[in-house]
Amino acid sequence: MQSVHIVSAYDEELKYLSKRIAAMGGHAERMVEQAVTALVNADPGLAQKVIRDDTVLDEGQREIDDKAIIIIAKRQPMAADLREIVGTIRISADLERVGDLAKNVAKRVVAVTDGRQPTSLFRGLEALSNLALTQLKEVLDVYASRSVEKIGFVRDRDDQIDAMYTSLFRELLTYMMEDPRNITPCTHLLFCAKNIERIGDHATNIAETIYYIVTGDQLPAERPKGDKTDKISLSETQPVK
Amino acid sequence: MADLDAEQKGTAQTMAARLWDSRWLLAAGIVAVLAVYALAGISAYVVLASLLLLLAAAILPATGARQSTGSGAAIEAIGLQRLSGEYLAAAVADPLIIFDRAATIVHANAAAFAAFGGIAPGMSLSLKFRAPEMQTLLDGVLSGDVASDVVDYMEKLPVERAYRVSVSSVGHATDLYVLVFKDQSETRRIDRMRADFIANASHELRTPLASIAGFIETLRGPARNDAAARDQFLQIMQSQTGRMARLIDDLLSLSRLEMKPYLKPGTEVNLRQTVDSVIDSLGPLASENAVAIERHYADGPLHVPGDRDELFQVFENLLENACKYGQSGGRVVVSIAHSDAGSEPGIDVTIRDFGPGIPEEHIPRITERFYRVDVETSRTQKGTGLGLSIVKHILTRHNARLSIKSEVGNGAAFSVHLPTH
Ligand SMILES: Nc1ncnc2c1ncn2[C@@H]1O[C@H](COP(=O)(O)OP(=O)(O)OP(=O)(O)O)[C@@H](O)[C@H]1O
Ligand SMILES: [Mg+2]
Repeated sequence: MQSVHIVSAYDEELKYLSKRIAAMGGHAERMVEQAVTALVNADPGLAQKVIRDDTVLDEGQREIDDKAIIIIAKRQPMAADLREIVGTIRISADLERVGDLAKNVAKRVVAVTDGRQPTSLFRGLEALSNLALTQLKEVLDVYASRSVEKIGFVRDRDDQIDAMYTSLFRELLTYMMEDPRNITPCTHLLFCAKNIERIGDHATNIAETIYYIVTGDQLPAERPKGDKTDKISLSETQPVK
Repeated sequence: MADLDAEQKGTAQTMAARLWDSRWLLAAGIVAVLAVYALAGISAYVVLASLLLLLAAAILPATGARQSTGSGAAIEAIGLQRLSGEYLAAAVADPLIIFDRAATIVHANAAAFAAFGGIAPGMSLSLKFRAPEMQTLLDGVLSGDVASDVVDYMEKLPVERAYRVSVSSVGHATDLYVLVFKDQSETRRIDRMRADFIANASHELRTPLASIAGFIETLRGPARNDAAARDQFLQIMQSQTGRMARLIDDLLSLSRLEMKPYLKPGTEVNLRQTVDSVIDSLGPLASENAVAIERHYADGPLHVPGDRDELFQVFENLLENACKYGQSGGRVVVSIAHSDAGSEPGIDVTIRDFGPGIPEEHIPRITERFYRVDVETSRTQKGTGLGLSIVKHILTRHNARLSIKSEVGNGAAFSVHLPTH
């Protein structure tokens, strides 16, 4: 699949880049997970941890940028290698944004938990974040396995995330209209939901980058949207074979 | 080709030579098993079994590797090395992964394949296990800072799992390392289950309890001498207690499912027979609601891997919903069909009703616990709002998908896609 390089130090450098991406990915996944847990369990301590952890991703992105630029300057890579390196820069930028969004959710924990909100809202947020996290996890798994032929799942799940977000949005609006005292906490929840939905978008971006790295093509455009009927699929796992 | 007589005579010597040839390998293997044992606390049985297997692999004539007798010793030692390594790994019941200096997977046993989908030899371990604690663990042992290490590792998706992971180098200067995952999910889940159960139960039982308390008060006060009211109130109280009992049953069954997120492998389910018995068992409900059930089954055998009781529960919940909420449509169509959509061939079981349908904005949400589109209807139908979350749980375990299609006014179709692989 990949051309054999004469310089093995070069290979080491490329390997190092992908290892750093994986580490950033793992970190981002953990931050999102903990931010939502902090929100659902009203745990300001955990939220503080998430906020502190964000610097790791900032540093990761800076390091990857620097390393990638040095490699490009020193090795003057072609075709597949160049795609790999440029792709790495793009993915690390997306992961850094995921971290920012998780941090933003964590920052709202205190404001949301001041007044107790209906549990169904939190269940909805949890379900939304499970979808977004599954998207991120499976996309990063494809980065590891390079089996881009399975990457079609991102489009479906992207639709599911949108549908879930829309539904939550409506529910939040109803609560706000019911009682003006709900407006402040529900606005925070609304932003949390929006952030999580955007985390899903970044995962989709990463999927597109991976597809480009491996094939040199753009991920096939979205298939036409379903008409009135809606569809969700619950399987959080893609069947493994 | 090979001389049979000579071979029979030589068996004893070959055996001894084979054992001697593989002495380092054997020693390394035993050390590795013991190390793993010490680190992860695998049951003594597994260790014993793997040692026995290792010995057996060394002693028994390897019938497969038998092409030449001249340079046999060296070739057989190599064959043996590969074989015994795999046997050893296979004999360990926990997921086990052997990797090299570059963190590349060299071998993973069946348990590892089952637990972590999408791993393959040649793949980078640090790209797959991205959690910060796993990265630290791998970095530590690969940099040579520590010879072995243990860490607690949590996975949240697709199902929550907790492992105690131990890593150590194999033998001396083999440049190989072994990673063993000891499943701790059970203990952790018991704690979680307790907390969840109490939270859910206390929240959901409050309403029926409050209403019962209210009726008791009325019965002891204003309605003390009103026989007609008393009868009516007692009836309501009875249905409320019934609801509470069902709620507890459902919560327990959900908790039990969360306790064992894996399916025991190897069992086949006959969908035709299972769906038929679901339809039979819901016959009374259907006729009570004046709903006719139609069947459209594909020809030929309709089998999928899975757990019969659990799939029964899935179809029971879906059909029950169709009869309850789709009552006004007067009929429900149950169909089983082969589907080869996409990369995963499977069987679709679809339960379609012709009732009021489900508004678009609720569809993504109705599998959440206690989510009801219309609280009043669900209450009059004695629903607890847990049916579909149980369905979702079971299907996740089966690697299956549920898709819900509905148009307001035109009924709803719940489709279960079960992979056949
Ligand atoms: N076929 C259907 N048509 C219309 N609405 C449905 C249908 N199936 C489910 N629903 C809606 O989804 C909600 C959740 O269903 P679910 O089976 O989880 O709970 P339930 O039926 O209320 O309780 P339980 O099944 O635990 O007794 C229902 O309350 C109902 O509003
Ligand atoms: Mg139901």
